[in-house]
Amino acid sequence: MSALPATPTAALDGVLQRHGHCPTELLQILIEAQDLEGWLPAQTLTHIAQSLHIPRSRVEGVAGFYSFLYTQPVGRYRVLFSDNITDRMLGNTELMDALCRKLWIEPGKLSEDGLVSIATTSCTGLCDQGPAMLVNGRAIGQLTHRRINEIAEMIRQQRPLELWPAEYFQIGDNIRRKDSLLNLDMKPGAALAAVIELGREGWLQEVQKSNLRGRGGAGFATAVKWASARNASGEPKIIVCNADEGEPGTFKDRVLLNSYADLVFEGMTLAAWAVGASEGFLYLRGEYRYLMPQLEAVLTRRREAGLLGHHILHEPCFDFDIRIHLGAGAYVCGEETALIESLEGKRGTPRIRPPFPVTKGYLGRPTVVNNVETLAKTCLIALAGGEAFAASGTAQSAGTKLLSISGDCAEPGIYEYPFGVPIARILEDCGASDTQAVQVGGASGVCLAGYEFQRRIAYEDVPTAGAFMIFDGSRDLFDVARAFVHFFAHESCGFCTPCRVGTSLLQGFMDKLADGHGAKADLADIDWLDRLLKNASHCGLGSAAPNPVIDTLQKFRPAYERRLVSLDFEPAFDLDAALAEARQLTARDDPGAHLHTHEEEEK
Amino acid sequence: MTKQFLLDGQPVPFEDGQTILEAARKAGHYIPSLCWHQDFPPHGSCKLCIVKAAGRHVSACATPAKEGWEVESNTPEMNGERRGLLQMLFVEGNHFCPSCEKSGNCELQALGYEYEMLTPRFRHFFPERPVDASHPDMLLDFNRCIFCELCVRASRDVDGKSVFALTGRGIHKHLTVNAESGRLADTDFSKDDLAARICPVGVILPKGRGFTVPIGERTFDTETIRSRTLKEEKS
Amino acid sequence: MSPAPAPARKLRVATTSLAGCFGCHMSFLDIDEHLFELVELVEFDRSPLTDIKDVGPCDIGLIEGGVCNAENVHVLREFRRHCKTLIALGACAVNGGLPAQRNHLPLSECLREVYQFRPGLDNGQIPNDPELPLPLDKVRPIHEVVRVDYFLPGCPPSGPAIWKFLTDLIAGRTPRLANGLLHYD
Repeated sequence: MSALPATPTAALDGVLQRHGHCPTELLQILIEAQDLEGWLPAQTLTHIAQSLHIPRSRVEGVAGFYSFLYTQPVGRYRVLFSDNITDRMLGNTELMDALCRKLWIEPGKLSEDGLVSIATTSCTGLCDQGPAMLVNGRAIGQLTHRRINEIAEMIRQQRPLELWPAEYFQIGDNIRRKDSLLNLDMKPGAALAAVIELGREGWLQEVQKSNLRGRGGAGFATAVKWASARNASGEPKIIVCNADEGEPGTFKDRVLLNSYADLVFEGMTLAAWAVGASEGFLYLRGEYRYLMPQLEAVLTRRREAGLLGHHILHEPCFDFDIRIHLGAGAYVCGEETALIESLEGKRGTPRIRPPFPVTKGYLGRPTVVNNVETLAKTCLIALAGGEAFAASGTAQSAGTKLLSISGDCAEPGIYEYPFGVPIARILEDCGASDTQAVQVGGASGVCLAGYEFQRRIAYEDVPTAGAFMIFDGSRDLFDVARAFVHFFAHESCGFCTPCRVGTSLLQGFMDKLADGHGAKADLADIDWLDRLLKNASHCGLGSAAPNPVIDTLQKFRPAYERRLVSLDFEPAFDLDAALAEARQLTARDDPGAHLHTHEEEEK
Repeated sequence: MTKQFLLDGQPVPFEDGQTILEAARKAGHYIPSLCWHQDFPPHGSCKLCIVKAAGRHVSACATPAKEGWEVESNTPEMNGERRGLLQMLFVEGNHFCPSCEKSGNCELQALGYEYEMLTPRFRHFFPERPVDASHPDMLLDFNRCIFCELCVRASRDVDGKSVFALTGRGIHKHLTVNAESGRLADTDFSKDDLAARICPVGVILPKGRGFTVPIGERTFDTETIRSRTLKEEKS
Repeated sequence: MSPAPAPARKLRVATTSLAGCFGCHMSFLDIDEHLFELVELVEFDRSPLTDIKDVGPCDIGLIEGGVCNAENVHVLREFRRHCKTLIALGACAVNGGLPAQRNHLPLSECLREVYQFRPGLDNGQIPNDPELPLPLDKVRPIHEVVRVDYFLPGCPPSGPAIWKFLTDLIAGRTPRLANGLLHYD
């Protein structure tokens, strides 16, 4: 094994030391090890494996899984353009091309001097202020050609990020409509004091009365989840806040963590009280790493205030603390069992269920995984009681919902509504006009056409984790669906056959149509793939992957049909282009050195 | 009275904790699999064992049987989905049976026969997957990997070596070995490891031996994977 | 299986080999005495058996081999235009087969290896005669270039498999390859 130069080894050992040489910390160690040199050389992986006494193959397996971990060199300035459909609608493609041209590099490639690399990444959660990018993990929104020019110049001058204009990194909350949660001005600890007063059982009863359901989209009853974990055997019990907000078009958790972190952490502590948990994790998506320092500061403050740690609020049997665990660019980790694998320092592959996390989760212990918004909402219940909470919203959907609104509207941002609000009302409030379609719930959600705008946001009608992307009459819904299909193919973990291969095949068909090679037969194959993905996939990612295609094929079918060049069959590739290399090698350009791609032209 | 569920209309007895696949095979009903192995916990990645239980698609290998369930398995619909999954496995790798020493003994191929897969149907991915011939006794031909992770599990859980692991993600997922050089020769892999003989396809093959049994006389040339699997179950 | 009663007229059959080795055609001849039965039921259009150069209207077209060059594309399209039923015959037509093993190499490397770097080819050049068909960047199974109705895998498919397939087709049955007739090797 080749030795590392002295300095990185010392720094690397420092990282390993900080994490107690603990293999469950592998992902955190890799993230911090990468900070040292910008990427993870083979020797670094070997050194980490040796120090943790785990097989190198495991370290390589984890390093190869996450988008933000690099086992090949990347630029000292690593620019990632957010590539949600909303970024595309705001012109991110042209901006990326412009930056590449100015810096003389190709997307996805490293400049020869190692200075810069530019690529795209899945939605970074700045859809309300796109087009957006991450530079060395720091988020910049509202990109314009002017900003791109300045960025190119600063990169060329090798100006450190700390010296870039501060306003670049200012991420606004863009809260447009407040209701009970966003209006809550709670003194930290107030909700905790209330539930300690109620006792664990009393508190759980309040949650049950509130009818609170998970805000991550699935809508599982929070009280049932908590009670299951409380009744499960195994110690210590774990509370996980799922802040892996990867669903394209969603950014409400970003805002809650930025401006309402106390509510989120207090909610986790309320959950711990109900469940009898002593350890908590905030699983923070890598894209929100820039929030880490301020979140750590909130945690420190809460520890000092006796709201975390031993004997919380002097309650003798109430010990609970929270650690922040970073993700590294993997949408699938939003699935709770994949998230738990990731917490354990592994590849984010969803587990077989049952057993469910409430009985066997993190390291086999009973584990509650709740959405950021769900946990924040528990503060409302603690303060005003379950019945008051259940009084708003609809019969099956109590309380309010935060919506992340982006796309074609005058005022994108965060809107809090009581459940039951009709789509049309939301469109009016955010200043949308000539709306053709709304994608509710992100890429995995549902695409609603105009005739459905009277439907309501609620678990019993249009359930959502909060994404609400608006497309006006100028948009092509095929492009929207294709962007989402690319997203799923990129984010598939690759565990099960249907999702690993099916998402790539589906992407191939969508590209075939986009590239002008579409045939009617392809639509039947797309249908067939949609069904197999839905039926056979191991987890929700695979079964949701065809949703955008299923919906748009049904509601915007002409967007597909107008792309067909044959009503029968058409090859997926350009036959003449397939001869290009041979033409070049033989210096031929005679008629026989060409092929017509469409057969009819040949007759 | 023992519990039972209905598999394609036929009663199948089971004990608590038994999966649909285990109970079915024990009772003489075939449900196909590639990544499942009796000596390991269910894995559930290949999805060949997909069945419809109480109207819902589940992996038979990973789903505990339930009293009174109606399970559909050997139906045109389920077999059609299995054929589709096989087609996916064939197009994502480079499966060129005529040149493969495993041909005739390969479970992927045998399932292709079982489910009458006449065409790979989709466009071939033709991925680039170099062969590793560095080891003195064994050869790795990654072109044929179907990501069942049986070698990964065998090496980790039985051989205690973790010679193999998966890295990459999605369609770029691939098998890797436990060495900084990436070469099998630089691991402690041995031809006597369980991982050396557990591959259901032709990735991990012994060197210096080829075509000792002629094509046409091999395992699945003379017997279907269905009857062979059920026979093994009995013994 | 014996063929069903002969159709009212003889079916017209064409065969060709693209990027193949004629092994499938040889296997076709392996149906031995069934050939006599077959010529009672079908007549051959373009095929190595007849030496007819251009395919005319046919009921059945059998394609051996994958698509590796421009001429293969022309022939395949001609077959598709003229044949009501088109069959991929053998491994190479079904999935590219042996010729497709070059797909992970750049075309330039293949051609240079063959025409320039081989011993004894001191002044070798990649031929550029317009009479020669240009190779495609990748070898393709035929279903990636035209619509294909049926697939008969095998390297080659055995005589009995070919006979079963053809008799099914001639009799108007959807061809099935059960009972050990289906092979990929």
